Amino acid sequence: MTTQVTGGVTRASVKAKASRPASKGWPKWVLGLIGIVVFLGLWELMPVVGLVQAKYLPPASEVIAALIADLGLTAFWVAVWDTMLAWLIGLVIAVVAALVLGLVIGMSPFLRRLTNSSIEFLRPIPSVALIPLAVLLFGIKLESSLLLIVYACFWQVLIQVLYGVADVDNVAMQTARSYGFSYVQRVRDVVFPTMLPYLMTGIRLAASVALILAITAELLIGSPGLGKEIALAQSGGAISGMYALILATGFLGVGINAVTRIVEKRVLSWHPSVRGEATV
Amino acid sequence: MKTLKSVGFLLGLPIILLLWWWLATSGAPNFFAPTPAKLLTTFVETWIGERLITDVLPSIMRLVIGVLAAIVLGIVLGLAVGLNRTMRAVTEPVFEFFRALPPPVLVPVLMLLVGINDGMKIAVIISGCIWPVLLNTIEGVRSIDPVQNETSRSYGISGFARIRYQILPSATPTIMAGVRQALSIGLILMVISEMFASSSGLGFTIVQFQRSFAVPEMWSGIVVLGLIGVALSFIFQAVERRVLRWYHGLKEVENAV
Repeated sequence: MTTQVTGGVTRASVKAKASRPASKGWPKWVLGLIGIVVFLGLWELMPVVGLVQAKYLPPASEVIAALIADLGLTAFWVAVWDTMLAWLIGLVIAVVAALVLGLVIGMSPFLRRLTNSSIEFLRPIPSVALIPLAVLLFGIKLESSLLLIVYACFWQVLIQVLYGVADVDNVAMQTARSYGFSYVQRVRDVVFPTMLPYLMTGIRLAASVALILAITAELLIGSPGLGKEIALAQSGGAISGMYALILATGFLGVGINAVTRIVEKRVLSWHPSVRGEATV
Repeated sequence: MKTLKSVGFLLGLPIILLLWWWLATSGAPNFFAPTPAKLLTTFVETWIGERLITDVLPSIMRLVIGVLAAIVLGIVLGLAVGLNRTMRAVTEPVFEFFRALPPPVLVPVLMLLVGINDGMKIAVIISGCIWPVLLNTIEGVRSIDPVQNETSRSYGISGFARIRYQILPSATPTIMAGVRQALSIGLILMVISEMFASSSGLGFTIVQFQRSFAVPEMWSGIVVLGLIGVALSFIFQAVERRVLRWYHGLKEVENAV
């Protein structure tokens, strides 16, 4: 469903671009820069004017200075490393498990019907509901974060893989079968190429979900990472330090979005949906 | 025979899983995993009654208010920004940053700015849920077929009528995709805001159970959250089917050709 929508969006935006050259007015990056400057200016002014108390929202300059100071600290990079480690391990486990299960279930109409109700029921369960369980089972270790990340990301990828396998062309499948392709060959040469765009969408969604849950687990459970540092800074009253760490998580998120988009474009450069501009 | 078969497919795996769970837990008592019967009685004892009114309903109210406010604000702001190309370019980097910011980090911030009360929890939900709706509305408005725009212009449809009859309908499929994301983020934030700083609510209660090692009660709380999640997803699907009936119909026609 989502992919269909995306496809439509992409086609329409390509048309919109072709009919209207962007040469009118200032270039886009200048306007974007103006937006950033205005935002930082408002942030800087709010505590100065007295709209909010400076002790609760320090001016932008102070927070950015704190972030730059953080960049020189080993503890900061250790926290970033811990967060990214949980993010990566969780994402990889979830993607591999969802890919294997999704292929096995998706290839068999019987399994697909059998599992449908359970999947529809388990998928909407919010993974934060598992926080108490994670604490009981693993305490404040990395495994707690992993449990939450894997649960949340698994469904994102599984659903996309199932859609992808369902999208395989029937004629292609029959042809492969009558040419005597084995199960493995059918998966590799027929199903996989059709499913790949769906899988990449799933991975892209899962990558940002994984970051959210890594931070959540650290914030609430106290497993090591940026989230834990944020909670510590907040309870310790290091308010500009807290805002600096929050900015850092935002930049991590932006970075992850950018990287997944680039990877998706590379992997799917042959696919029509990417020849335009990938959005959403 | 046919209905019997589909009922079998619907219930088959859940029944197998329940049996497996029952067999696995009834043999040797396990501290972490209660038996199905135990969980069921705990669930009824814990949640049906006073706690439903003091903890569950207020949580759900906050969630509903927060998500609805985020959807309305997101669509209104999204229309305002999306219809103006300069505004779009100016706001894009800032909005992209806020979209990428993991919403749970907003909990400590809003705790400071708003204080620990209902307003803060609703503010947390709004400030996390608004971004997918806002950005998808902008994207939906941006990618409207230019032929449509030109048609409205040459028929002299403008202002509110244009938004109501041309722009909103064409952007709705994209907006709904954003609303779906907003719902799951909202549920997460509802739980987190209560776990982090609260003395009531679902999240708080579940953490209390876990801290006092009341394991069956904790599991029953997880079940409650799961049920809310499932209910939200069904409500969303029903609403989406209604709102996008014309769109699904159009897709079917297009695919059939």
